[in-house]
Amino acid sequence: MKRSRIFAAGIAVSMMTIALAPQAAEVERGALLTTSCFSCHSIDVTGNMPNLVGYPRDLLVSQMQAFKDDSRPGTIMNRLAKGYSDEEIDQMADYFATLQ
Amino acid sequence: MTNFSRRNFLKTVGIGGAATVTGFGCAAPGRATNANGAHVVVVGGGSGGATAAKYLKRFSPEMDVTLIEPTATYYTCYGSNWVLGGHAQMDDIAQNYDALQSRHGVNVVQDSVTEIDPARRTVKTAGGDTMTYDRLILSPGIDFRYDAIPGITAADSERIPHAWKAGDQTTILRRQLEAMPDGGVFVMVAPGNPFRCPPGPYERASMVAHYFKQEKPRSKIIILDNKENFSKQGLFMEGWEQHYGDMIEWVPSSRGGQVEEIDAANLTTISDGGFTEFKADVLNYIPPQTAGAIAMQTGLAGDGFWCPVDQMTFESSIHPGIYVIGDSSVAGAMPKSGHSANNQAKVAAAAISREMAGLEPLAPSTANTCYSLITPDHAISVAAVYAYTDGAMAGVEGSGGVSPAGAPASVRQMEAIYTKGWYDGITGDIWG
Ligand SMILES: Cc1cc2nc3c(=O)[nH]c(=O)nc-3n(C[C@H](O)[C@H](O)[C@H](O)COP(=O)(O)OP(=O)(O)OC[C@H]3O[C@@H](n4cnc5c(N)ncnc54)[C@H](O)[C@@H]3O)c2cc1C
Repeated sequence: MKRSRIFAAGIAVSMMTIALAPQAAEVERGALLTTSCFSCHSIDVTGNMPNLVGYPRDLLVSQMQAFKDDSRPGTIMNRLAKGYSDEEIDQMADYFATLQ
Repeated sequence: MTNFSRRNFLKTVGIGGAATVTGFGCAAPGRATNANGAHVVVVGGGSGGATAAKYLKRFSPEMDVTLIEPTATYYTCYGSNWVLGGHAQMDDIAQNYDALQSRHGVNVVQDSVTEIDPARRTVKTAGGDTMTYDRLILSPGIDFRYDAIPGITAADSERIPHAWKAGDQTTILRRQLEAMPDGGVFVMVAPGNPFRCPPGPYERASMVAHYFKQEKPRSKIIILDNKENFSKQGLFMEGWEQHYGDMIEWVPSSRGGQVEEIDAANLTTISDGGFTEFKADVLNYIPPQTAGAIAMQTGLAGDGFWCPVDQMTFESSIHPGIYVIGDSSVAGAMPKSGHSANNQAKVAAAAISREMAGLEPLAPSTANTCYSLITPDHAISVAAVYAYTDGAMAGVEGSGGVSPAGAPASVRQMEAIYTKGWYDGITGDIWG
């Protein structure tokens, strides 16, 4: 991908290949939910959005909960985290843990 | 270029497929019965289509996925307003299909679809190919209704650009802004709802104002709106006042913003039954829109302008086996945005992948985020999470909303950094 002048200089893009969990053509809800995260937190490139691949499972759950109850301030994540049930947050964290 | 004949296709998928238990329950010819060797054709390599092709391969690596897109370089509309503002170049918003082809195993065909036969499940291309599909995903974006008002046709778009599909149109508008003398008037005609990118016209006004403030500070921007209010209105107006004083004037439909006719030769808009006129030095007419031409032509919009779908899977309510995603679809509360198209693509890909495995579709969950720059260091956002509720994608209660009003500059600046982060992220997710 082409880098541009508008993007903060010095942040290197490293292309990385992410292996998704073996699926055997069975995409489950945790995977579908989590693909929404990839829109900003891409697993194909890294930019100046926090990279979540390899993020510890329990930390992901606690941070999503903290955004949800506004105990962790943020710009947009508070508005998004409120859209997920506790169960869905667990499913997302489980799925993220399968990404390498 | 691949040329699929129906007979060969049946030969490839016939064995094994027949023995698999499936949820199809229908005997249409040419239907594969598991993902092995099943052929999914994706039409349109924009925000929706390119994502769909990639995620089909992710969810079902054994699937045969063909993406048909006429251009080798796709210019994103997102970021095109930054080009108009002069702080990005066309190269910065250029994407290509190399990674889809080489890293993700998508068969990318540079061609354009001229005909879809939903009964026979075939597509014909301008290059003369006919392909058979088991499932078709259609993400052709938008087309324009130049017949909505008199005085302007598509042929005028060289002089009066819409710049609502990025590429040459963006360059034309940028050149006109550069050529405009200081003290000139830039008039933008914004469409009524629904249309591609609800905050787009107002981000465009902001970016043009950013350029004028530096280079042509005596110039003026007039937005003639076919609406009474607009996306993130309070936040835009707060930012305009803060950075641009009274350079931007927004005219709602009830106060002369409802343009009824255009005098193209004189770059003049006419409203209020002929009583109100606005003369432009640069005129940006953004016409009302429809689903992409190929979707309209295939009858996927029925009597309307947009394609109704089962919002659980995005399969067409009119032609089974065809999934319509992105701007062309009717998607409940989801706005027509690149982010929405990207999320809908994953829902459709997951539904097809599961259907091929004989599984029921999953309850979909999607999100949308639209950042808008008011200056390169001042951004605002709107976000929401959607769930399938009572037959439509609806915002999850308690989630979503816009950036806070009256926030300090540091918050606006942080969102400007994330605006660029979003661009990197989403283009990586779509084409990376
Ligand atoms: C100024 C502006 C700013 C925007 N900013 C944002 C933003 O910040 N965030 C955001 O989320 N969205 C933004 N958008 C909206 C976004 O660009 C669109 O909503 C999104 O691209 C829609 O995706 P799509 O797949 O439906 O259509 P497109 O991305 O337009 O893709 C359609 C593709 O289909 C191809 N095609 C059409 N017909 C055929 C055919 N017959 N055969 C083969 N291929 C065909 C076209 O060549 C094209 O590549 C913006 C839009 C504009 C105009």
